[in-house]
Amino acid sequence: MAEPLVFHFDVDGDNFTSAGQASVQVKKNLRQLGLDPETIRRVSIAMYEGEINMVIHAGGGVADVIVSDGSVDIILKDSGPGIANIEQAMQEGFSTAPDNIRSLGFGAGMGLPNMKRYTDQMNIDSVVGQGTTITMRVNY
Amino acid sequence: MNTAYIHSVSLDADKCTGCTTCMKHCPTEAIRIRGGCAEIDAERCIDCGECIRNCTHNAKKSICNLFDEINSFKYKIALPAPSLFAQFDNLDNIGYVLQGLLDIGFDDVFEVAKGAELVSAYTRLYLQAEGIKKPVISTACPVVTRLIVLRFPFLKDNLIPLLPPMEVAAALARKKAMNEHPELKREDIGVCFISPCPAKMSYARTGFGSYKSEVDLVISMSEIYFQLLNVMKREKVCDMPSQAGRIGLSWAICGGEASALINDKIIAADGINNVISVLDQIEDGNIPPVDFVELNACPGGCVGGVLTIENPFVAKNRLHTLRRYMPVSLNSMPEGENYIPNSCFFTDFPNYKPLNRLSDNIGESMRLMAQIQALRKELPGIDCGSCGAPNCRAFAEDIVLGHADRNDCIIAYKEFIKKYIREYSGGESVESQ
Repeated sequence: MAEPLVFHFDVDGDNFTSAGQASVQVKKNLRQLGLDPETIRRVSIAMYEGEINMVIHAGGGVADVIVSDGSVDIILKDSGPGIANIEQAMQEGFSTAPDNIRSLGFGAGMGLPNMKRYTDQMNIDSVVGQGTTITMRVNY
Repeated sequence: MNTAYIHSVSLDADKCTGCTTCMKHCPTEAIRIRGGCAEIDAERCIDCGECIRNCTHNAKKSICNLFDEINSFKYKIALPAPSLFAQFDNLDNIGYVLQGLLDIGFDDVFEVAKGAELVSAYTRLYLQAEGIKKPVISTACPVVTRLIVLRFPFLKDNLIPLLPPMEVAAALARKKAMNEHPELKREDIGVCFISPCPAKMSYARTGFGSYKSEVDLVISMSEIYFQLLNVMKREKVCDMPSQAGRIGLSWAICGGEASALINDKIIAADGINNVISVLDQIEDGNIPPVDFVELNACPGGCVGGVLTIENPFVAKNRLHTLRRYMPVSLNSMPEGENYIPNSCFFTDFPNYKPLNRLSDNIGESMRLMAQIQALRKELPGIDCGSCGAPNCRAFAEDIVLGHADRNDCIIAYKEFIKKYIREYSGGESVESQ
């Protein structure tokens, strides 16, 4: 089998105009690879939610999408405020997004739950004041 | 079922200078410049007409039927798209245009707007059904449906399975002719759509899925326009009443189809790049919970089609004026009926044909993509298009897939020449000479 393929993206903080661009690019790449539509959709939704989270809460970060034989891994790394209570953050509807973000239609408290729902594995590694690394895997 | 798609965008090689303009504007990267001339990849082309719109040399053309071809039918029916009525200055009654169509040689006129009002009524009913996948996406624009089949396979189930107004009108027009003239055989009747865009031509010739179009000829609006100008006279009293109201006419402009649903949960987008970004957002689940999405490939809607005469903004203004005193709609579900006729449904959609897939084997695709990524880093990244590909990434793909040569890149070639001169001149730097 081929070597794992890595797509690397820098996610710009505080830039809603370009938020979501990395997930669109990932979608294009996965389509070129010939992955099935359902896998592509799951990866792009998880990626999109993660990307938006990094923009809203952490001032941006880096995203790596690694395609290997049978799975796609998404690693999102930021140096933001960290998540104090991961269990609470995982609850649908729980949100700490500020009002100006909510007025843009974001911050419904569905980001992390959606990421979990659309992926086969998800791990959150977060230290308050240092940052968060989220690792997700979609098997195909 | 998977017969080759018949396109209606073509190139006049004598006029093409290989200038890269069309290639840069193609939303699906279907164009390459080879040997100083544009080439269209039929697999990727969605007939959006952007290349026709942007070509500065008039080298990109739409292949439509010629007006004279109507004479191959005994009984000729004109199906004017509602956008036709927006092409004339000071038009206060569309009867003038309908009469004009009879005067240039058609035996009957059947407005597509009439079909559109029926489709609006059916759509309102469809949206009430249980278990449909929302947002429901319109199938009226053939560019959008082809784009979804090629690029957004996951959204196929969101497409409304209703025939577009052109097809509904064509079937009704033929039925009407056969009722009124029982002596006519099916093949005696020529149903001629007067089109604002080349995509309708492709659709009429290719069909959609296993559906075969009811339209026999597609004639360019710009050709009919000049024919009509010769016969339309203000003094001449027109006695053809309009067959549709505001709703039907408004289908020509972006938002017309959606607003006919009398529902606030709608989105209407126009322009192919906007359409693509809306589809991307729907696919990512990143869109408010709307019921219906209307998508038009052309700017402003059908009035922005490349076969129209007037610019879409003026055309839109004219339609607003024209529809002011019209009734809301002249066509709705027959009294007491609340079902959509079976004949107005698609039975299937075309199979997903993945656009741009590198190979049929994922492992092989990964190897190719790794090569493309590595190569792309070495290319200048200025996306100049001189190599004949729209950007450096597409060029890297072309090289890896064996369709292009690395020396087609003039920047890389310049470096190569510099290096050659340096070596030839015994190690002296070229810059100092």
